[in-house]
Amino acid sequence: MESKVFHHALTIRQDVCIGCSHCMRVCPTEALRVKNGKAELYENKCIDCGECFRVCPTNAIIIEQDDFSKIYNYNYRVALVPSILTGQFSDEITASAVTSILLKLGFNEVVEVETSVELLKEEINSYIANKSHSKPVISSFCPAIVRLIQVKFPSLVENLMLLKPPLDITSLYIKKKLQERGISDNEIGIFYITPCAAKIAAIKSPVGEEKSEVAGVINMNLIYNKVLKSLVHLSETEKGLSGRKDCLTDSGLIWSLTNGEASQVKGRSLAIDGVYNIVEFLEKLENEEISDIDFLELRACDESCAGGVLTTGNRFLTVERLHKRVEANKDRELKGFGNRILDYKDFLKSRIPIGEIKPRSMMKLDEDMAKAMKKMERSNRLMCFLPGIDCGSCGAPTCQALAEDIVQGKAAISHCIFLQKTMEQTHKLHPDHSFRIMEKIWGKDRFEKNCNKIDKSKRYH
Amino acid sequence: MHFEYKIEGGDFTRAGNASSQVKRTLKQLNVDPKVIKRVVVALYEGEVNIVAHAYHGEIHIDIDTEKIKMTLIDKGPGIPNIEQAMEMGFSTATPEVREMGFGAGMGLPNIKKNSDKFRIESEVGVGTKLFIEVYINQ
Repeated sequence: MESKVFHHALTIRQDVCIGCSHCMRVCPTEALRVKNGKAELYENKCIDCGECFRVCPTNAIIIEQDDFSKIYNYNYRVALVPSILTGQFSDEITASAVTSILLKLGFNEVVEVETSVELLKEEINSYIANKSHSKPVISSFCPAIVRLIQVKFPSLVENLMLLKPPLDITSLYIKKKLQERGISDNEIGIFYITPCAAKIAAIKSPVGEEKSEVAGVINMNLIYNKVLKSLVHLSETEKGLSGRKDCLTDSGLIWSLTNGEASQVKGRSLAIDGVYNIVEFLEKLENEEISDIDFLELRACDESCAGGVLTTGNRFLTVERLHKRVEANKDRELKGFGNRILDYKDFLKSRIPIGEIKPRSMMKLDEDMAKAMKKMERSNRLMCFLPGIDCGSCGAPTCQALAEDIVQGKAAISHCIFLQKTMEQTHKLHPDHSFRIMEKIWGKDRFEKNCNKIDKSKRYH
Repeated sequence: MHFEYKIEGGDFTRAGNASSQVKRTLKQLNVDPKVIKRVVVALYEGEVNIVAHAYHGEIHIDIDTEKIKMTLIDKGPGIPNIEQAMEMGFSTATPEVREMGFGAGMGLPNIKKNSDKFRIESEVGVGTKLFIEVYINQ
């Protein structure tokens, strides 16, 4: 029933990881452990939110991307950029300058992801108005949230809005438009400049869709560096280039910011950002403690996409800059419709809905309920012995997580440093043995004197 | 499997704790999300009823592979007219409780709606007992 394939954009570089457990402590779904001195990912639990990436002091967690040169596999190359890309740069670097540089880098065209927002807005409002859809309708914009709901809140899967996000609708539009110009499907390469890991995972293994129209993903921090590097070579004319009309509408410009969607929806809606805030809210929603809400905009990052893990600019400044773009756009006549997306309204509208999204609960102890009950009884008994202080010395984030790992055969009770002490006292465990156990979890190096365990210069990247 | 929770009357800040813990347990036991939802909704309503109306109470949960049995026993004023209490929208909640967003008179009917077996016993001046069962394989 549940697909076993679960693509992850996050990878842990074993050669760089020092097993410091920072990542393990922040993971909202307890998807990380430390084993053999390295962080290990439980793939069925990871939602690609990137919280681990943010805290890693050694840059051992990397977010995969396609090689930039892959764009040259296609004759016609489109850079699909989120509106927040221009918000990364200081005010003197205009949206036009960024576009010029992207074109110089090898793209034939630059299109903003939110180009399709006006079409989507209408669809969302009629989706919410449809009484047969479970309320509150939860936006499927943020792929980390879609996954969070699939793995941790399976009963809320039916509330997920089964409509494509702007990224997919805009890609469809670009493809259709170019095909009409006589460019064949395999010549078109749409490359998405991503601010987050979850979007990559969503493109590589889409939820509720067959496949993505996007040919590849390029991380936003890479583009940020390329833009800054190319800036010195840019002529004054190119900096002020007005070739690309600012064709996003006001709601398109701020769609990926907090309250960007919720503010456009008719009815009672709420916008929540930050994955921990969302977990807290969904717990209550699942109990039906919260009712009478029509729409929920949930975004895993603080300040939504402006706070994406692959962004470089300060998220609050990014938000301010986008609002300034709205202000500067005020008098533009073509606002929103300098592009030709409305010509494709009927074609696109019929393709906005997506198929069913299935739960993929990660919490079950066993498929078989009777076996799961036995495991739970055992894990409850184990909790009586474990200290309950969640020190993480066993390589699991909490005592509860260790107990559950033990009953699933992934860890042993002797991994707990407190129980080791008790066992040593009663001569059930030799001190040499308990030392070997700790070495197995944290690696041999961890016990050697080393003043440079974490290179201080790497701590703040 | 048996679980017990103690509920204090008037402690609205903690209302929902028992249902959240039972929810986690049922997820770990691989119970169908739809069944979990019914259990949690019934239990949460029952929990809030104890907090809003009674002095204190206990919740007993028994889970086997067939069903989830919930027994909610409170010491409180009891219900003088059960038939009336089961009517949608009927409520004896105080204005203060209503101000907090509770006491809309949907609690008991909602519990019944979400359960496969439902029985209520109440004695005025003593307290109320709710017996709720939700079947797992339906």
